[in-house]
Amino acid sequence: MLGLNKKDFQLLLIVAVLALLAPFILNPFPEGSGLAQFNAGYPDLMQRFVIFGIFAIGFNILFGLTGYLSFGHAAFLGVGSYAAIWMMKLVTLNVIPAILMAIVFGGLFALIVGFVSLRRSGIYFSILTLAFAQMSYALAYSVLTPITGGETGLQIKATDSPILSNLADGEIGRANLFGMEMGSSYLMNVGNWLFTFNAGYYIAAIFMLISFYVSIRIFRSPFGMMLRAVKSNQQRMNYTGLNSRPYTLAAFVISGMYAGLAGGLMVAMDTQVGPERMFWTASGEVVLMTILGGVGTLIGPVLGAGMIKYMENIISKINDNILHQWFAFMPDGIEDFLVTIIHPFIGKGWHLTLGIVFMLVVIFLPGGLVEGGQRIAGWFGKGKKADAEATDTDAGTKPAE
Amino acid sequence: MSKSKLTRRGVLKTGAYAGAAGLATPIIFDGSVWADGHSGFTNAPTGDTVTLGFNVPQSGPYADEGADELRAYELAVEHLNGGGDGGMIPTFSSKTLDGTGINGKKVEYVTGDTQTKSDAARASARSMIEKDGAIMITGGSSSGVAVAVQALCQEAGIIFMAGLTHSNDTTGKDRKANGFRHFFNSYMSGAALAPVLANAYGKDRKAYHLTADYNWGYTTEEAVVQATEGMGWETVNAVKTPLTQTDFSSYIAPVLQSGADVLVLNHYGGNMVNSLTNAVQFGLRDKEVNGKNFEIVVPLYSRLMARGAGANVKGIFGSTNWHWSLQDEGSKAFVKSFGTKYGFPPSQAAHTVYCQTLLYADAVNRAGSFNPCAVAEALEGFEFDGLGNGKTLYRAEDHQCFKDVLVVKGKENPTSEFDLLEIVEVTPVDQVMYAPDHPQMGGAEATLGECNPGA
Amino acid sequence: MDAIILQILNGLDKGSAYALIALGLTLIFGTLGVVNFAHGALFMIGAFCAVTLQRLLGSSRTIVDETQKDFLGNPLKVEVPYVHDWFGPEMGASIIAWSVPLAILFAIPIMMFVGFAMERGLIKHFYKRPHADQILVTFGLAIVLQEVIKAFYGANPIPTPAPPALTGAFDFGAMIGFDPNTIIYPYWRLIYFAFAAFVITAVFAFLQFTTFGMVVRAGMADRETVGILGIDIDKRFTMMFAIAAVVAGLAGVMYTPINSPNYHMGMDFLVLSFVVVVVGGMGSLPGAVLAGFLLGILESFASMAAVIDLIPGINQIIIYLVAIVILLTRPRGLMGRRGVMED
Repeated sequence: MLGLNKKDFQLLLIVAVLALLAPFILNPFPEGSGLAQFNAGYPDLMQRFVIFGIFAIGFNILFGLTGYLSFGHAAFLGVGSYAAIWMMKLVTLNVIPAILMAIVFGGLFALIVGFVSLRRSGIYFSILTLAFAQMSYALAYSVLTPITGGETGLQIKATDSPILSNLADGEIGRANLFGMEMGSSYLMNVGNWLFTFNAGYYIAAIFMLISFYVSIRIFRSPFGMMLRAVKSNQQRMNYTGLNSRPYTLAAFVISGMYAGLAGGLMVAMDTQVGPERMFWTASGEVVLMTILGGVGTLIGPVLGAGMIKYMENIISKINDNILHQWFAFMPDGIEDFLVTIIHPFIGKGWHLTLGIVFMLVVIFLPGGLVEGGQRIAGWFGKGKKADAEATDTDAGTKPAE
Repeated sequence: MSKSKLTRRGVLKTGAYAGAAGLATPIIFDGSVWADGHSGFTNAPTGDTVTLGFNVPQSGPYADEGADELRAYELAVEHLNGGGDGGMIPTFSSKTLDGTGINGKKVEYVTGDTQTKSDAARASARSMIEKDGAIMITGGSSSGVAVAVQALCQEAGIIFMAGLTHSNDTTGKDRKANGFRHFFNSYMSGAALAPVLANAYGKDRKAYHLTADYNWGYTTEEAVVQATEGMGWETVNAVKTPLTQTDFSSYIAPVLQSGADVLVLNHYGGNMVNSLTNAVQFGLRDKEVNGKNFEIVVPLYSRLMARGAGANVKGIFGSTNWHWSLQDEGSKAFVKSFGTKYGFPPSQAAHTVYCQTLLYADAVNRAGSFNPCAVAEALEGFEFDGLGNGKTLYRAEDHQCFKDVLVVKGKENPTSEFDLLEIVEVTPVDQVMYAPDHPQMGGAEATLGECNPGA
Repeated sequence: MDAIILQILNGLDKGSAYALIALGLTLIFGTLGVVNFAHGALFMIGAFCAVTLQRLLGSSRTIVDETQKDFLGNPLKVEVPYVHDWFGPEMGASIIAWSVPLAILFAIPIMMFVGFAMERGLIKHFYKRPHADQILVTFGLAIVLQEVIKAFYGANPIPTPAPPALTGAFDFGAMIGFDPNTIIYPYWRLIYFAFAAFVITAVFAFLQFTTFGMVVRAGMADRETVGILGIDIDKRFTMMFAIAAVVAGLAGVMYTPINSPNYHMGMDFLVLSFVVVVVGGMGSLPGAVLAGFLLGILESFASMAAVIDLIPGINQIIIYLVAIVILLTRPRGLMGRRGVMED
């Protein structure tokens, strides 16, 4: 189906269903309950899940297949964002042209950076990409302020009047898709539950599904095989008379376009760009997302992205007040004790929790979150076949334990 | 601990009807709706509680400043709900706050981490608006974040009460109808500092500027250069330094060769601690140039950060929004209340966010509605007193507070780790006043736009 | 001319810090083949050894001074350090003032232990794992270490001045025949440079002239063969990790009077030190040192007002620009060896 084998099609179908039902799945706890804090089914975070999912899927096409570790991918995301917001400020508030521009500019910048950086391999390549990204960040923050808005970044202002949109005088334009605003939502109340269906999220999700589908096709194509060959032994490949550069460059540009798409979508969902989007920590984040989820797996990067964004947005918002509410039913002494114990890991301590999760995952799940999923599937698996698979994975991970 | 209900469900029930009626049709309100308007704007509170969003840096270099802001917010909520000693509520000139929350609704709050990054700050603010039903967002410790979140609140139809943000842009070229700033700005720093500097160091001085290479740095440099040149100073050079710079030696070392006799450090936070430490290391303060003692000036002081520079701040002039050693009734009440609860005096960031929370609550009470447009109208042109800084005006044209500005100096003999600055002069508000279309503030083009109540 | 000499001094000084951190990083790269993202955290922990010692020496009892008032109007509580009681106020004050130099002795065993614990407890399990896993685990560790320090010491910088005798600056220009007051340089920065030179020389001498060092160098070149020869290379590699940690830690201790330490200073240096190592060339210790000084000096020149006027923003990007140029003209950096971290 769609040029996919049965297993891949199933995977795509599962991802599509999950994306479609995300507003339900991410809001498992009723409003007003203590656990509602853990609900992630609000537009901003759902949008971020799929956008960073796209970013990580694209990164994985480069890193997972060719083994080239780019440490500057945030630059393409940033360039895409700037392209998109200028498109909206000057031409039209419709998101489609903005997103297309973001993809084009992300790809073009990737072409330039890739053309130079791919002359080197291994860590030399990583540092070259890092250097380009850091230069982009530093310049965008300072001397390029007239174009990038510098520290305060760019937003759509009342004074902006895109040529293709009719705005009333003084009206601040909003990103839309043929008149449908990204922020508009349909709310559904079921008992104590409240589910939010956000237009922007579904548009982003459609882009994510397309990206995911393209990524599967690339993984299974002869081109993908060629990229894997680069990873396993580039020298041998060169000896056979094949020049691997065009292949790696193509992979680099594709993943740059994915990053540009993610940047464009970020602007479409939330019309704002700031230069710190290109800082090395942002590049590092997508590396961590991919590794955390599982390098070279199809779904892993999306899981990794979701995990990191979830921690960043949910754990950081838990404060002592909320802890006291959770444990209010306990005797005062125990309540205070529990709050004291948990306090360092929540709110301002969310980084600590994130660091611990990184370490635990990499120590106990060498294949990333995907392996965790496989193991769970193994436990609940049907019959001996699943067991055998699980044992295989265990055997592969012995050294880490 | 009493178990309290989150408000969002009730809030969004109203939204659900709107949603069912069709995909978010923007509804335009006129003023008459406000009088009895308790719905029809973003996150209109329907239950007996109201939720405020405290969006402060909890990680990154400004985490301590954010923590202090959070303490002040918690204190403000306590006072609004009738707890504690009431802090500045009794000294506040407007008397609508009576300890029954805001507009009779008990105040609750949610917190988030801006990480001092505009993306993270907006994500956190959006989650407060979309998930927690916050009716007002406040906080922040940098101008980049303030401008980004202010623009978001404008779009979403939420009031934004800025925390610590000093760049002219926040209420200058990036001003917004839904955003309000209590903190002072670069222009005011320059205007307040220049006369004091001319007095202390003479009118015949040559200044060398080191400026953080981003928006806030630019506006501060511009303000200080204009103000000091107006006093007769000459600007020898102005060099931009990268935000990520940690060692400023290569910028400081050439200063002596330039013939300048004053060094102005347009740096904030970690940059300021490092550049000041480096400047003192290079012995600049022990030198005599042009027959005068070499001097260093730091336009914007943050006491919390200045601690990091240790003894290097002694005798160095700067400006600050507020300081705990002020002796007016409001400041004394706030210091007592904060100090009793936490054991140390509040920072200027804590003071400004505490004031912002009270000002918001009072504006809602006076307007009789949480509708952002009603609140904005109540704040515009509002004159008040008793929150420290003397008589203050929330100017209608740009939503900037105008009040006395403090010129301070690093204290020579501090008695404690908090006792770093001494107030040299309280510059009266008239001296730091400027026209709303001042060129440094974005000129005639800068506009607030229309207030947005959301839908 | 004097301006240039001044910037060379600045460059050497910055370069010392880069070189010291890069040296440790490249030792770990070269010997263990591990990408250590927690190396910046080691630098930071070193700096906080100085802070901790300062706090320990300054630990005090509280007395109430009725004559003064605190900010709430209550009698002022004055902290009297115990060393003041034991050695008299003057001697006591100078003991606390000397805490940074003293912290060198304090930091060596601590950093040794930290390095040892890190390698045995965590890193050794990752020798055979892909670089990606190493990045994730060391990055996670760096975050955890950073957050632990933040929990204890807060996020703001903490002043850790040099002893009074070593603060201040002297007229270097007058000494070498320039006009007075043209080249003024702080004592402590020269001490930092000298200290860095000493540590770097010591590490090189250790690797060059001891049997231990010889085995390690052999191990760097060809780990398997050394193993086949029946030498327990693992034990030596543990030792090397500890040494790298000590070098990074000492760089941190000595850096504290230059810039007040804070919990994220390690991350600030991390990326830069990676650039330095790679520009120097993978697997080359002299390369790392050379690149450290080279980038330090170029960075200093780029920050001169005349240069910035000529090329705006050059001071923002100089290090990365130089890195790109060097990596494009010399495939393995300045002195890199073939085949190290190239795939």
